[in-house]
Amino acid sequence: MRAFAHLLDQLSLTASRNAKLTLVRDFLRETPDPERGWALAALTGELTFHVAKPAAIRKAVEARMDPALFAWSHDYVGDLAETVALVWPARPGANREPDLAEVVDALGRAARSEVQGLIEGWLDALDADGRWALLKLVTGGLRVGLSARLAKQAAAEIGDASAAEVEELWHALRPPYEDLFAWLEGRADRPTCDAPGRFRSAMLAQAIDEALDFAKLDPADYAAEWKWDGIRVQAVSEAGARRLYSRTGDDLSAAFPDVMAMLDFEGVIDGELLVMRDGAVAPFGDLQQRLNRKTVDAKLMSAYPAGIRAYDLLMEGERDLRVLPFRERRTRLETFVEAVASPLIDLSPLQPFETWDDLARLRADPPAGDPRRAEGLMLKRWDSAYQAGRFKGPWFKWKRDPHLVDAVLMYAQRGHGKRSSFYSDYTFGVWREDADGHRSLTPVGKAYFGFTDEELKRLDAFVRENTTERFGPVRAVRADRDFGLVLEVAFEGLQRSTRHKSGLAMRFPRVHRIRWDKPARDADELETLERMLTAAA
Amino acid sequence: MIRPQDLLCPKPAGLFCPLGDFYIDPVRPVERAVITHGHADHARAGHGAVMATAETLAIMGVRYGEDFAGSVQALAYGQTVTIGGVEVSLVPAGHVLGSAQVVVRWKGLTMVVSGDYKRRRDPTCPPFEPTLCDVFVTEATFGLPVFRHPPDGEEIGKLLRSVARFPERGHLVGVYSLGKAQRVIRLLREAGWDRPIPVHGALERLNALYAGFGVELGPLEAATSPAKQDFAGAIILAPPSALASPWARRFGDPVDAFASGWMRIRARARQRGVELPLIISDHADWDELTGTIAEIHPGEVWITHGREEALARWCDLAGIPARALALVGYEDEEE
Repeated sequence: MRAFAHLLDQLSLTASRNAKLTLVRDFLRETPDPERGWALAALTGELTFHVAKPAAIRKAVEARMDPALFAWSHDYVGDLAETVALVWPARPGANREPDLAEVVDALGRAARSEVQGLIEGWLDALDADGRWALLKLVTGGLRVGLSARLAKQAAAEIGDASAAEVEELWHALRPPYEDLFAWLEGRADRPTCDAPGRFRSAMLAQAIDEALDFAKLDPADYAAEWKWDGIRVQAVSEAGARRLYSRTGDDLSAAFPDVMAMLDFEGVIDGELLVMRDGAVAPFGDLQQRLNRKTVDAKLMSAYPAGIRAYDLLMEGERDLRVLPFRERRTRLETFVEAVASPLIDLSPLQPFETWDDLARLRADPPAGDPRRAEGLMLKRWDSAYQAGRFKGPWFKWKRDPHLVDAVLMYAQRGHGKRSSFYSDYTFGVWREDADGHRSLTPVGKAYFGFTDEELKRLDAFVRENTTERFGPVRAVRADRDFGLVLEVAFEGLQRSTRHKSGLAMRFPRVHRIRWDKPARDADELETLERMLTAAA
Repeated sequence: MIRPQDLLCPKPAGLFCPLGDFYIDPVRPVERAVITHGHADHARAGHGAVMATAETLAIMGVRYGEDFAGSVQALAYGQTVTIGGVEVSLVPAGHVLGSAQVVVRWKGLTMVVSGDYKRRRDPTCPPFEPTLCDVFVTEATFGLPVFRHPPDGEEIGKLLRSVARFPERGHLVGVYSLGKAQRVIRLLREAGWDRPIPVHGALERLNALYAGFGVELGPLEAATSPAKQDFAGAIILAPPSALASPWARRFGDPVDAFASGWMRIRARARQRGVELPLIISDHADWDELTGTIAEIHPGEVWITHGREEALARWCDLAGIPARALALVGYEDEEE
C-alpha cells in the first residue's frame, strides 16, 4: 500500500507525460505480484469501489477528534479525503499496514455493515499518504491525471511489448494480471486473447501534407469518405459478448445501452459514434452530453440518441477480415450493414472522385446536410490491409481548414515542466458591445500551443511587461481599445456553452499567428462568432 | 500581583514592554527592539537600539548593511540583562541560526516569547530549550492538526530517490535563503550527498555567514557559473521565487521541488507547479506546538500569529487559558 500511495502522490503532482510513464513503469518493475496488478487495475479504472460515503468518513473522524478542530482543518484544506488523511489520529502499532491485495480481498468479502469498520481499522494503521490513497480508492475514482492508455503503455514498457499489444490483450485479462507480467518479463508465453468480445487495436490515419503527398499519390489507388465528427468506436458482437470500445480500447458499453441493443450481428464493426436524429448527424456538442458517463438514463438517451456510422468490417462471423484489402472489406461491409438493417447503424458513404482537385473542391465546399458537419475527408488505399497503429501511406486524413478569429490576449498562466517559467497558456477574448454601447472584451477560449519556442519567449516577455494583476499562477494582461496583443486563433468548431460567459466554447483552439502589428481595437467581435454558430446550425 | 499585560502588551508595532520601554520583533521602526531571529518579518531595519544574539545581528548586518540600527547589543544564550528593572534573557528556539526565545521576568512573573521555533533536531542551530513560565507567548504558523511534518530523513530520501529515478533532469529545490537553505544542505551532506551543490546567487552571502559560524556546508558552486552547463543529476538550490522565473530556464526541464511545511497541502504544491514537495519546516508542527505547551504547562498561553483560533481551541480543551493576539505582519518571508 505504501508504494502505491507514493505512486499516486507523485502522479497527482506530475504534469509531464514522460515522467508519469517513468513513475508507473518503475513502480510496476519494483513491486511484487499481486500488489502491482491490483495497482494497475486501480490505475486503469478496472477496480473501483464506491463503498464509503463521505458522510460516514466524516463521522468516523469526528468521533476521534474535536469536531471544531476538524471543521477548521477541512475549511483550510478544502478536500475532505485529504483533510481526513492528514488529521486522522495515528495509532501506531494498532494494526498491520494492509497491502492493496488485502484491501481488495476484504472489501470483496465484507458484508455492507462491516465495511466502515474495515476502513477505520486500515486508516489507523496507515500513514498520511496511505490514508489518502485508501480514501481515494474506497470513495471511487483516483483522479491523478493518468489515462488508462498511459498505464497500459507503462506496463508494456516493463517488457518490450507495445501499448497496442497490451490493449489488444487487455479484455482477455483479469486483475491482478499475473499472466500479463509473466509474459512481459519473459517468464511465460503471451496470454491467449481470443476470448469473444475482445478489442482489436485500431488502424489510424496520418495527416496528409498537401504540398508534398499529393504529387506522389495516384487518385486511382484511393477511396475517399467523410471523416465524421464524433468519436471513433469499435462495436463488437461475438458469441453473445457485446462491447463498445473507444479507439484506445476503453469500454464504453455501460454508457450506451441504446447502441448495445442494436448490435444484433456476429462481427466487429469499426465506425464513428454519433448522435443521430432521423438519420441526420447532430453537432459534436450533442454527443458530448453522452460521453464521460458511467451510466445513462432514458431521458438522456431519447434527447441524444446515439448511433454508429460504419467505416469498416474487421470480423464477419468468425472470419478475421483484417488481412483482406480495403476494397474487399468494404464490399462485405455494405452487405453486412444492409443485413443488420438497423436505423442506428448506417454506412459511411464513399465519395467518388477522379482527380485530387475534385476532392479538394468537395472538401472546401461540402454539399448540404451531414457533410457540412464532417471534420474533413479520409483517404484509404483500396489495397490496404487493416493494421494496428499509424502508418504513413495506407490511410490519410485531410481535415477541413480551421476557422480563424482575431482575439485579444487577456490572461496568461504559467505552464508545467519545461514551460514552468513561461507564461504559456493564453486566455483570449473578443469585443462585445453592451446595451449602452460600451465595448469590452469577453473571454472566448484558451490556447497553449501553435507557437514556436522563439515566439513563446516573446509572448512571455510581453506578459511580464504588461501585467496588470496577478492571481496565483495567472496574470491579467493589459488589453483595452488602445493597447493589447492580437492573436489569430485557429479552431475546429464552435458550440453553445452555458459554462462560459460568452455563451460559446471553441473546439481545439490554438494560436495560428501572433499579430504584433494589429491594433487591439480591430480584433473581432463576438457577433462574428455568433454568426459562425448560426451558419453551422 | 502584577498582571501579564502590564509586563508585555500587544501594540500595532508588536509586543511592547512598557516597564523596559522596548518592543519584541517590532514590525515598524522603534526606539528599542529585542529581535528573536533574522527572518525579515521579525528583524527589520531602522530601529534605534537592537538587542539580539550575535548570530542574528550578523544576519541583519548582511541583509541590511552594517548601519541597520542606531546601536546594537549582542546577548549570548543564557546571559541576562536588566532593562528598566525587567530581566531579559535569550534561550535557543531551534528555528534558524541565532534564533532565540525572549524570557522576560519582573517581580516573580515570567513570560516567554517563543518567536518562531521548532522542536526537532536541526544541524545548523542549537535545539529549543523549554523554559518554565507563567505566560508562554507562542507562534502558530502551522497551528492546525493537518500539519504534521514527517521526519526530515524521509523527505531527503524522497529527493534522493527522485534524483535516481530521473537522472537526466536536474532537481531544482526552492528553499528560504535564511535557515532552510543551509539546513537542507546539511541534511543532504548527512545523507551522503557529497557532490558540489549549485546555488542561486541570493543564497551565497548567508551560506558564507553560516560557514563563518562553523556550519560545514561542503562544496558549493554558483549555479550561474558559465563553466557549469550540464545540470543532469544535480541538486540545485534557489529561493522559491526563482523557480518560476526566467532564471530557471537554464536548467532545461528540471524537477521542481520546494522544501516547506506548506507542502503538506497538495493544493499548495499544485498551485505553485511543484512536482516534488518536500515537507521540511523550520516551524513547529501541530504535535510540536501542542506538545510544547503541554510540557511547559504555563498558566496562560498567548498566540502571536498563524492559525490562532485552532491552537486556542486546543488550549481550551486542555484547560489552559489562551488568548489570540492577532499580531499582523508575521508570515513566512518569501511566501
